[in-house]
Amino acid sequence: MPDYALKIRRYDPESGEAAYWQDFEVDLAPERSVLDGILKVREDEDASIGIRCSCRAAICGSCGVKINGQSKLACNTRISDAAKRAQNGAIVVEPMGNMPVLKDLIVDMDAVHWKKVQRIVPWLLPEGDPPEREYVVDAEAMIDVTQAVACIDCGACVSACLSMEVDPEFIGPRALAKAYRFVGDPRDAHTKERLEDLAEDPHGIYDCTHCFACIEVCPKDVAPMNQIMRLRRHATADHEIKDRNNGYGHEKAFTDIVEKYGTLHEAQLLPRSYGQGSLVRSQTDPSSLKQLAESLPTVLNGLRSGKVSPLKVLRHPKLPDQDQVRRIYHAIESKDERLELNLYIVGEGADEPEPDEEAER
Amino acid sequence: MPQHDVLVIGAGLAGQRAALAAADEGVSVGILSKIHPVRSHSNAAQGGINAALNPEDSWESHAFDTVKGSDYLGDQDAIEIMCREAPQEILDLEHLGVTFHRNEEGRLGTRAFGGASAARTYYVADITGQALLHVLYEQLMKRAEVYRYEEWFTTALVQDGDGRIAGCVARNLRDGSMELFGAKSVILACGGNGQLYQPTTNALVCTGDGIAMAYRVGAPLMDMEMVQYHPTTLAGLGLLITEGARGEGAHLYNAEGERFMEKYAPNKMELASRDVVSRAEQTEIDEGRGFEDGTVALDITVVPRKRIHEALREIVNVGRDFANVDITKEPIHIKPGNHYAMGGVKTDTDGRTSVPGLYAAGEVACVSVHGGNRLGANSLLDTLIFGRRSGAHAAKRSRSMGAPKAAESQLEDERRLILDVVARERTGRRVAELKRELGQTMDRHVAVFREEAGLTEALEVVRRLKEEAATVATDDKGTVFNQDVLGVVELGFMLDNAEAIVLSALERRESRGAQYRTDHPERDDEDWLKHINVSRNGAEPEVSYSEVTLTQWQPEERKY
Repeated sequence: MPDYALKIRRYDPESGEAAYWQDFEVDLAPERSVLDGILKVREDEDASIGIRCSCRAAICGSCGVKINGQSKLACNTRISDAAKRAQNGAIVVEPMGNMPVLKDLIVDMDAVHWKKVQRIVPWLLPEGDPPEREYVVDAEAMIDVTQAVACIDCGACVSACLSMEVDPEFIGPRALAKAYRFVGDPRDAHTKERLEDLAEDPHGIYDCTHCFACIEVCPKDVAPMNQIMRLRRHATADHEIKDRNNGYGHEKAFTDIVEKYGTLHEAQLLPRSYGQGSLVRSQTDPSSLKQLAESLPTVLNGLRSGKVSPLKVLRHPKLPDQDQVRRIYHAIESKDERLELNLYIVGEGADEPEPDEEAER
Repeated sequence: MPQHDVLVIGAGLAGQRAALAAADEGVSVGILSKIHPVRSHSNAAQGGINAALNPEDSWESHAFDTVKGSDYLGDQDAIEIMCREAPQEILDLEHLGVTFHRNEEGRLGTRAFGGASAARTYYVADITGQALLHVLYEQLMKRAEVYRYEEWFTTALVQDGDGRIAGCVARNLRDGSMELFGAKSVILACGGNGQLYQPTTNALVCTGDGIAMAYRVGAPLMDMEMVQYHPTTLAGLGLLITEGARGEGAHLYNAEGERFMEKYAPNKMELASRDVVSRAEQTEIDEGRGFEDGTVALDITVVPRKRIHEALREIVNVGRDFANVDITKEPIHIKPGNHYAMGGVKTDTDGRTSVPGLYAAGEVACVSVHGGNRLGANSLLDTLIFGRRSGAHAAKRSRSMGAPKAAESQLEDERRLILDVVARERTGRRVAELKRELGQTMDRHVAVFREEAGLTEALEVVRRLKEEAATVATDDKGTVFNQDVLGVVELGFMLDNAEAIVLSALERRESRGAQYRTDHPERDDEDWLKHINVSRNGAEPEVSYSEVTLTQWQPEERKY
């Protein structure tokens, strides 16, 4: 069996010493996991290595760590794959980010992860007494929220979240995905209140910078960022929640500008965002005027760097085939329902022809 | 000293359900668990939960299937209660927010499962246990009055001078502090003991803690010989492929391409009871018709692709991540593997053990609703029904009594035990080596097929390991998250479990359910239609018997 080199981040809070790296070698079949590697080291060499783990099958969500810098579950990362990505020959294993380290690979999830989950009112809020039998709801709606229900709270997305790195108060990908689980659930009677709450919170749905990191690291295909975007679409398109963070205005400004010009007219983005999408409103409404005035430093920076110039403000060229962009807008807007991507409904590669059921039997 | 009316140990489905039911009665409730509640092994129940909720179905039919599945060892009064109360439990959970699969009318939809005469398994894709567990945890977060002690490891139960349960001693993993918890009633809900076996589908935490702790305070263990081998586990790692796959229509083949279940269960085929399918597979493998890696093949490609993605998504991931197989395109190699403990702490239908104030629910307990063999999708049901009943009963009992006095000296004893282990110098083998020998011994001799010589050898190994375990040492000498020292305590629990299992398997000289004795291949109702109990007499285990409760179903020949 091949030998794999593991470089594990160690930290003993009782020693008074700083964290350090320790190197280990393990013999393991290539299809086994990084967790199997760590457990083998624990079994044979050093049982003091701290790591939470239980199911070994990517179900319990205990063994979130960073492997070669990427947030992952140790149990469903093949050791041979990790070795291929290792720099300097050693698989680097360290605790997850954005959460305080308690010991070795164990982080304080209560202080961050669970606190944020608790923030979004994480239980169903139906109206009145339950029916005698089950709630009758659309089958697709249940499958739809199942993508968010599939989350196992491993914390990989929280660990990888770039917005949270900048704003530790950001509610974050896991908790917001859970929020979608209730917003998308037809049994929940507080959809609008939930959306208003999350839109108005300065660390809420508009604090996500759309970086895709959470989607990339999620071991269960929950696609947290997609769920956040769906919360936004519900907040703006369905409930027209005009939040104080200008999330509504910013989105409307963005889509209106692209519909009009085909590319982003940077100079119009700020004023339109403050005016709930409208250029006129931005210059007449006192609150948007105030925000515009407060944005002067940003504007000056833009001028200085050449990103914006008086000429660019006045003249922004349309794309030569702008009609095609408009046609895309029209095609999307003329649909009866919004098309949302959901793995449980669409299924990877479900477009491939299905075997003829009758013929099979 | 934290003091509660009801203290629940373990926070999987049974524990959380018990805590919520006790809280509904308005008493003070604490819930302790050695891992965070959502990490519990209830997560691993993929396929679903049984209930005769459909108007065309009946609880009697569900109960009969369960009785037959149990090979008539299940107690029929308990089975009746479970099957009668199942529909309301499903509805209650649905109302709390479980996203159960719906049919085209938007009502709860079902899938087929093994050993059942009707499709009565309710499910959430193939993450049913996880979906239930997370919804109950949402309710615990909502109910702030329930005290949660997360990542607290219980080392012993505590009794007062009259033998009544008075609480427990637990260690806070975060800082290593030990605490005496006072309680009027304690509900054990800390799961099964699959880690006695290697390989197993069970999580690393399933070390039989509760079974051993109850045994140590004098509660009898029942049906311990009944250890379920699940028909579809991955070779090597032992990870589970849900019975839902066969429920959705998947077939089993041997290496010669035969759909061999035709020989063993011509009517139910792949959906016969688990003991029947596992024995069939093992026979094929033992007689040389398996693949080289000691497996047979599960072919899921016959299930429509869209259906696989919607209903068996987790299995797609397990195949891809852990076996390098795309189950939508090719068969996957599987074999029978350790999966579930039918036996456990003997309780009545309210979860009461023979120790006053001590309750047990879920896999740790033996009511016995599963008897010799548990039906798929009855385990989640067992945890919820008897978790709830235990919680409610314990709460009512606690309201009318004062708190028993727990002696501080028991805290000191436990503290000293841990300190001694940590202070010990290494003189022998490592904890992992002992666990490996135990696991391999159990999987070799106490598995699908058993016989006296092998069982006797297993008993000798277990007893030798017990002696060895008394001197094992740790590498970790610290207090913060010292998982090493917990492993030593767990090893002690595991060996108590193993001894009871092997003793019971030796005792039962017949074949019934999961116990198949090649030296006694027939079921023998005249001599063995009874439960085997193991309880501690001084330091030694003692075997006794108890009656099987029959209500409306007399034992018949079992055919699928």
